Amino acid sequence: MKELLIHLNKAFESKARLGIMSALMVNDKLDFNALKELLDLTDGNLASHLKALEEQGYLEVQKQFVGRKPNTTYGATPEGRKAFGEHLSALEKLISGNR
Amino acid sequence: MKETSTPLETLHEIRNMMEKSSRFLSLSGLSGVFAGIFALIGAVVAFVRLNFSLWEPSYYSYAYSNGRLNREFIQFILTDALLVLAGALAAGYFFTARKAKKQGQSMWGLTARRLLMSMLVPLVAGGLFCLALIYHGSFGFVAPATLIFYGLALLNGSKYTLHDVRYLGITEIGLGVLSSFFIGYGLLFWALGFGIMHILYGTLMYYKYER
Repeated sequence: MKELLIHLNKAFESKARLGIMSALMVNDKLDFNALKELLDLTDGNLASHLKALEEQGYLEVQKQFVGRKPNTTYGATPEGRKAFGEHLSALEKLISGNR
Repeated sequence: MKETSTPLETLHEIRNMMEKSSRFLSLSGLSGVFAGIFALIGAVVAFVRLNFSLWEPSYYSYAYSNGRLNREFIQFILTDALLVLAGALAAGYFFTARKAKKQGQSMWGLTARRLLMSMLVPLVAGGLFCLALIYHGSFGFVAPATLIFYGLALLNGSKYTLHDVRYLGITEIGLGVLSSFFIGYGLLFWALGFGIMHILYGTLMYYKYER
């Protein structure tokens, strides 16, 4: 049991971070507002989760301007995809191990 | 920060988020049912008004009288079709907005816009193509063309909404191709494709996702 738990990634422990990564697995890019709507978080809360994932190297951030408004889009890096995939298989193993 | 949830619950959450962020899931089956009902009403009105026989190919022979375009017929059939479209769109919007509200989703989110855009391209192309058919006097091919292009629009849009829409799209394409070999039965195929099939798939989707 213990060795299985090692593969569970600490970065994905929170529901919000897991949600962000899940959404970015099936969407190439999402902007801040789209993520906010999907996850139902406050600006500050979402920003801090995004920052944490970015610091892990799991997210790539692109800042640009749409007209005069700043627009930030987020996408998963290859490392982020790999880490998320490993996290998923660890979860699956936990489930099959419990049976 | 740690929330206690079992691995199974976590996997469910992941799956839900993936679906929710990539597909417009608020599409209501009732939208389809009512679109179908309006289409059937429109077809019945046309049948009665034009005294059509179910078994004899006709509709496009009405388009011409003595080799000239029958304006009255064209006006009637266009008005009929536009009223059906308006009714179907209004009902579609109503039931889908209701379902979206119930699910706490926004009606004009990212997924809804993607769904609309992916359907709009085949629909606009099909619409222009039908105008060209009318322009060239090929009225018989208008019904097959509308069914085929609508089916293609559904097939394309199904990537961004409930999976069942894909099968409705394939059905419409099949009906369209079939009807292109039975020119003159256009109204019958319209009633089948836009009426019966919408009601059938709409009911199916309603019982599957909304009950």
